[in-house]
Amino acid sequence: MEMDMMLTRRTLIRSMSAAGGMIIGFQMPGALAAVVAPRPWTTPTDGVEVNAWLAIDADGIVTIRVPHTEQGQGALTSVAMLVAEELDVPWDRIQTVFADMNRHVNDGEEYIVTTTHGSQLVRLQHPHIMQAGASARERLKEAAARAWGIDRSQVTARQGVLSANGRSAPYAEFAAEAGSIMLAEEPAIKKNPDEWWLLGTPTDRLDVPVKVNGSAHYAIDTRLDGMVYAAVKCCPVPWGRLASFDFDQVRDRPGVVAAVELKAVPGITNTRDAMQNGVAVVADSWYRAKTALDLMPVEWDFGPEGSVSNETLAAQAAQMLEEDGEVSGEVGADARDLLAAAPADRVVSADYHRPYETHARMEPINATVAIYEDRVDVWSPVQDQAAALKVVADQLGRDTRDVYVNTVFIGGAFGGNGGGFTAVTRQAAEIAKQVGRPTKVVWPREEDITQDQQRPPHYTRMTASLRDNGLPEAFFSRAVWFNRGGVEQIGPATADVCINTMPYLVPNRRHERHNVHAHIPTATHRGPGANQNGFIIEQFADELALAGDWDPLEWRIEMTKGLEPWQRVLLKLKEVAGFTTDLPRGQGMGVAVAEDHNSYCGACATVSVSRRGEVRVEKVVLVHNSGYIINPRGAGEQLEGSVVYELSHALYGGLDLQGGRFVNTNFDTYNLMRMPQAPEVEIHYALSEDGWWGGCGEPGGPPTPPAVANAIFFATGKRVRSTPMLRHDLSWA
Amino acid sequence: MAFTLTINGTNHEIDVEPETPLLWVLRDTIGLTGTKFGCGIAQCGACTVHLDGQPVRSCSTPASAAVGREITTIEGLSPDSSHPLQRAWVENTVPQCGYCQSGQIMAAAALLSRNPNPSDAEIDAAMAGNLCRCGTYSRIRAAIHRAAELAHS
Repeated sequence: MEMDMMLTRRTLIRSMSAAGGMIIGFQMPGALAAVVAPRPWTTPTDGVEVNAWLAIDADGIVTIRVPHTEQGQGALTSVAMLVAEELDVPWDRIQTVFADMNRHVNDGEEYIVTTTHGSQLVRLQHPHIMQAGASARERLKEAAARAWGIDRSQVTARQGVLSANGRSAPYAEFAAEAGSIMLAEEPAIKKNPDEWWLLGTPTDRLDVPVKVNGSAHYAIDTRLDGMVYAAVKCCPVPWGRLASFDFDQVRDRPGVVAAVELKAVPGITNTRDAMQNGVAVVADSWYRAKTALDLMPVEWDFGPEGSVSNETLAAQAAQMLEEDGEVSGEVGADARDLLAAAPADRVVSADYHRPYETHARMEPINATVAIYEDRVDVWSPVQDQAAALKVVADQLGRDTRDVYVNTVFIGGAFGGNGGGFTAVTRQAAEIAKQVGRPTKVVWPREEDITQDQQRPPHYTRMTASLRDNGLPEAFFSRAVWFNRGGVEQIGPATADVCINTMPYLVPNRRHERHNVHAHIPTATHRGPGANQNGFIIEQFADELALAGDWDPLEWRIEMTKGLEPWQRVLLKLKEVAGFTTDLPRGQGMGVAVAEDHNSYCGACATVSVSRRGEVRVEKVVLVHNSGYIINPRGAGEQLEGSVVYELSHALYGGLDLQGGRFVNTNFDTYNLMRMPQAPEVEIHYALSEDGWWGGCGEPGGPPTPPAVANAIFFATGKRVRSTPMLRHDLSWA
Repeated sequence: MAFTLTINGTNHEIDVEPETPLLWVLRDTIGLTGTKFGCGIAQCGACTVHLDGQPVRSCSTPASAAVGREITTIEGLSPDSSHPLQRAWVENTVPQCGYCQSGQIMAAAALLSRNPNPSDAEIDAAMAGNLCRCGTYSRIRAAIHRAAELAHS
């Protein structure tokens, strides 16, 4: 029985093809064999490959190979739509499979980009993905033209059919010839939405059906013959050391196989990729491994970081806010001089703070590695599957040609499994090597939160002076950011987003920041920088507007005059949201905007607050401008999801750091938004369609919490300058 | 300890410690991986299954407590994704990452079996124990209403 249910190579392939998919041949990286022999463990290729991105089978089914991961953001559907648009095949003839990372890594990286982060799949990669479809289409036309003895320009390719002069044939008939054709010149892609027949059409995601019956395969679901399970515990104070553990105390428990010490890899300082010091217990089931691990005596050497807490960081920040920081941006005259000269009643100043937050993707971090003589197989929920392949090769000292990553669905990632986040993959490789059995490592939820690469906290002071017309004359900001190794670990831009890049036309600005080292590993987190800074700059914008006697929405329209993307968003928001400051006490509306991943998004929130201070976010209206949208349904789902995601942190979240370690490490103490609290979300698009492309997976989040905070101010008269907002006393009389 | 569990209508002979959570018997011993591990402390609902039609958190339910009872998992809800909730889930494109959705559907199925026409408030109350990090709540609510319609038609 048990063996029947085990995931064999055969059933794995079936489960992956069930995700939808197909195959044809485009030549961007150079000619490939027209027919590629199926390789074990890779995507099935029943059809004929026209290029690396697609194959066509005898029935005309097009299998599109997707090199990105599917984390619920619609990668399978988006890539398929981009290819199908240019290839011109009926949507119901499309299926998708995950592309072969072994081929990508070892055969010239023909998929160009495999990482899936930064709301960039459509935004940045649509040109080469559409090119794949266009190139295949032209090759099919050329193959038909040669067979029919005419010029390619006489052949049309439409909805899977080639035709010319009364003759016609399905694409499948010429797929093999097409795969070996080299074009003298690659065709142009369709840049103008007026030319699109599929892009821009609301389209159901292809991965939905397998996600309603338990058949969708996630890395954590991997089961292999002879597999063992590992539960791991690393030093709860990151970068601390394992002092001792006593395996003898649990060695004889049922099913226990081994204990394996885990050591940080020397020289890897990038916080995403470093494996922390810790210990794993391996057993014949995960529950037995986890139980033995919990019972095994383990001693840690926390090191000097064991005294760091939210309070010590706050005290450090308070001191540094008084000291000159690194100048990260300047506009016009020195804002400090203008502020010093301004009358006190024309100066507004406020301090804001966001704490550490964790990704808490629903699928706990895990990885499975199976080492065989001739090959190594990997299942890992990292956002860049090629990176997972390389890190396993590195950890095991194997040639990348021997390593196969089996891409499956990811149960959420949100930037936390980005690039590498390869620690768990290294752990699985190391443990599998040491115990000599295929090994699945699963982090308990407490480990998933404790050892996550957290969203960095910051403390920011903003000061501005007003002119006679009530609009800002000078603006000065000073921020203190805490990152492992300083802000460089996740890019200085994270600290500057939405502050230095604010859309508001303030004539004189100066921005400073302190990049402070703290031991907690940090990483990108859905809407990095914009989520932290949007909250503070957009509330401060309201503070300035009200101090200058401006309506907050009119202030934003005035302050972005001449900026087309913003004017489009704000005027649409004014038209659809019904924003007003004229509501009875206990009710409020608030607006906010944020630029994130090259998209412009405005939010209007409606809240009610009881006299006792209980907050209800009734509704959030979003107006989104990403330049273009290829799938309005998918984009809307991402935007709405971003609202819920970001409100979770802003209303309920906040990691509590005490004694160098986080103390709220599961969903009983790290609270997330649940259905009864979720607001109604209304989405509007205001698209510039002006040659630039923005992302859709993240930009809906950042403007939402400040819109809610601004609404709370109008409802209660209380300004909420830190999160979680519900920790503040919001009662009113 | 050996005992028998009835899962989706099939008897399975199990030999594990009796306190082993049902979740791990389903996933690791039987191989029914549609039921997900999320938190291990009955806070997220990803592991929701039915015991005699009642929704339980399998991560916190000892396997021995399920002896003699009908265990239903997402794999046993219907043989062909034809349950009204599954059809409504597809129609409303509810899942995003999909990881929590087995638990969501099982919680919703238990709700509909005791209340065929739930109000928004009743849905919210029944579903409050199921986290979705992707934020699909509004589509879940709409799909439950739609499933109620489908079940009557």
